[in-house]
Amino acid sequence: MKHTISVMVENKFGVLARVSGLFSSRGFNIESLSVGETTDSTVSRMTIVTRGDDQIIEQVIKQLRRLIDVIKVTDLTEDNFVEREMVLIKVNSDSKSKSEVLEIVNVFRGKIIDLSPRSYIIEVTGDSEKIDAILGLLKPIGIKEIARTGSVAMSRGVKKG
Amino acid sequence: MKKCNGAEIFIESILKEGVEYIFGLPGAVLCELYDKLYDSPVKFILTRHEQAAAHAADGYARASGKVGVCLVTSGPGATNIVTGVATAFMDSIPMVAFTGQVPTNMIGDDAFQEADIVGVTRTITKHNYLVNDVAELSKVIRESFYIASTGRPGPVVVDLPKDVMSAMTEFKYPSKVEIRGYNPNIHGHPGQIDRVLKEIANSKKPLLYAGGGVILSGASKELLELAEIAEIPVVNTLMGLGGFPGTHKLFIGMLGMHGPFCANMATNHADLIIAVGARFDDRVTGRVDKFAPEAKIVHIDIDPSTISKNIKVDIPIVGDAREVLKELNKKLREIEKELPDRKKWLEEINEWHSTHPLSYSKTNGLLKPQFVIEKLYEHTKGKAIICTDVGQHQMWSAQFYKFEEPRSFLSSGGLGTMGFGLPASIGAKLAQPQKTVINITGDGSFQMNLQELATAVQNELPIKIAILNNCSYGMVRQWQSLFYKGRYYATDLHGNPDFVKLAESFGAVGMRVTKEGEVDDTIKQALNMPKTVVIDFRIDRDEKVYPMVPAGSPLKDMIID
Repeated sequence: MKHTISVMVENKFGVLARVSGLFSSRGFNIESLSVGETTDSTVSRMTIVTRGDDQIIEQVIKQLRRLIDVIKVTDLTEDNFVEREMVLIKVNSDSKSKSEVLEIVNVFRGKIIDLSPRSYIIEVTGDSEKIDAILGLLKPIGIKEIARTGSVAMSRGVKKG
Repeated sequence: MKKCNGAEIFIESILKEGVEYIFGLPGAVLCELYDKLYDSPVKFILTRHEQAAAHAADGYARASGKVGVCLVTSGPGATNIVTGVATAFMDSIPMVAFTGQVPTNMIGDDAFQEADIVGVTRTITKHNYLVNDVAELSKVIRESFYIASTGRPGPVVVDLPKDVMSAMTEFKYPSKVEIRGYNPNIHGHPGQIDRVLKEIANSKKPLLYAGGGVILSGASKELLELAEIAEIPVVNTLMGLGGFPGTHKLFIGMLGMHGPFCANMATNHADLIIAVGARFDDRVTGRVDKFAPEAKIVHIDIDPSTISKNIKVDIPIVGDAREVLKELNKKLREIEKELPDRKKWLEEINEWHSTHPLSYSKTNGLLKPQFVIEKLYEHTKGKAIICTDVGQHQMWSAQFYKFEEPRSFLSSGGLGTMGFGLPASIGAKLAQPQKTVINITGDGSFQMNLQELATAVQNELPIKIAILNNCSYGMVRQWQSLFYKGRYYATDLHGNPDFVKLAESFGAVGMRVTKEGEVDDTIKQALNMPKTVVIDFRIDRDEKVYPMVPAGSPLKDMIID
């Protein structure tokens, strides 16, 4: 099963390597990983999307907690949470497909952020399934390039305790 | 406040940590530090290879319970300790390994003798540091000793760039360590302890499965109390040997691949297994889905990640073994009178023991390794520190030497590092100079770090090295014999040197034993000699380690002989 794990880490040199190295050395997979500073500049938040059965996920979390530079690990999947990912998609822009592209972008509430004679760049935000869906629709038209950020996620509301 | 340079801060800091010995080998980038060591009270033990410096620091830590320290240079010096660090990591040994590094402005330039040792050791250390700024140095050293020795212990690597050693700053040693991501849980959950209490009271066939964590946390006394109060028999892991007295009537031996029949049968038939400071390693469990099929499993360990990693645990207790057992014993005493009688269970175990005791046959007239170990045991009354390497001799030592005290069996259990024994004996002898230290080794293992004879001789360490010489990589040969139709390949060591002459060339004493009748006198003579002694025991080449559970088989499927 897919799990989205939020990991608060020391904002230090080498921490990303420790976390990603842990996944590779223990044979866990990473579907996506994104990192950014939090309101406390000494702390970074990593959002890791991984897959595995309950026993593997339990090990992933325990092994992450073993790292000295890891401050807090939360499996958001256990909770009510929101997840977003952004993607930039460069597609062919010939006159035939123009209206179709614009329609798809509209339906997905995306934006065209660059327009050149031969291509568009589209920006779309959503959960991973939404991103996968728009990519699927644009594929027949001709995707030249994509760049995905990987998920960022947060639990809803105010945590009890 | 007076300003000091990095090298002076290093020395002040390790003195604050109570460091007595450093094991190591010098090199260009740390010359400033060695110059400051010249005037310091720290004793530096110069090894002949950096790997040995790491193993010696590890042996020192295992024998003393203190943090072992090694200090090596950058590049090849640093990469040479990798096996030693990994060995300490797998066995949870507190160690701080300092490595030299090229100056900070050259890091990443592929400078002479540069290696990214922090990157290399990331997954084989509990934590590691690159010190970029001299202002951080004392804090990093304070933290590294703290991390190495608390919680589940382990090695920490600290990389010291050359310019940091000569940079100046004010020296202030932090009085406290605060690391927000590191707070080991020491005390077990009282509710969980109560659940264990109930299980013990209801169990007809309980078994204590005690590992290296008992020794690391100093819980031997508490383990003995628990076993005696509740009359629970005890099996040890390889790392746990010595954590429970080997001659005690409740001790039934080591479990796992080469455990005696009764220990594995007891594991197989137990209805309650209480694991203390052990991690259900594959050499212990055999086939996991057939491990202890009838037992509820309690697991006491300080590292939550070991719980339910290999075997699903029914009652986990995260905490320090000693603290948890103390609590458990206190509560057990209150219900001592209500605890069931274990007579039937102990009889059953005794029955297994008497039908299939650990044994070997002496009929072919060749010198038997088990006999040598029995004699070493007799002559030292089980009070020596035995350091081993890895292979058949290691298993025979575990089976036939009865360890009475914690920290008396030093062996690379997790990583299985051949070449560990001799340097570890050097560290052990310095840690416990009043004790007899014997390195039981094989001819293969001995040759992986034999250069350390020079270190032992130079420091006048009367270590005894007993080579059980079968002229082969015996354990692999045993597998080839049992599972590969005797197609022996890459296991023959007929190019071996003459170990007696080799010892003599180092200034040690060399002895040779080829017959059973010579064993007693030679051991006696060697033990009474205040010198480094190498004894070349020419043993039966075809002797095997039995019982044996083939890798991946259930424990009950032992090959007996």
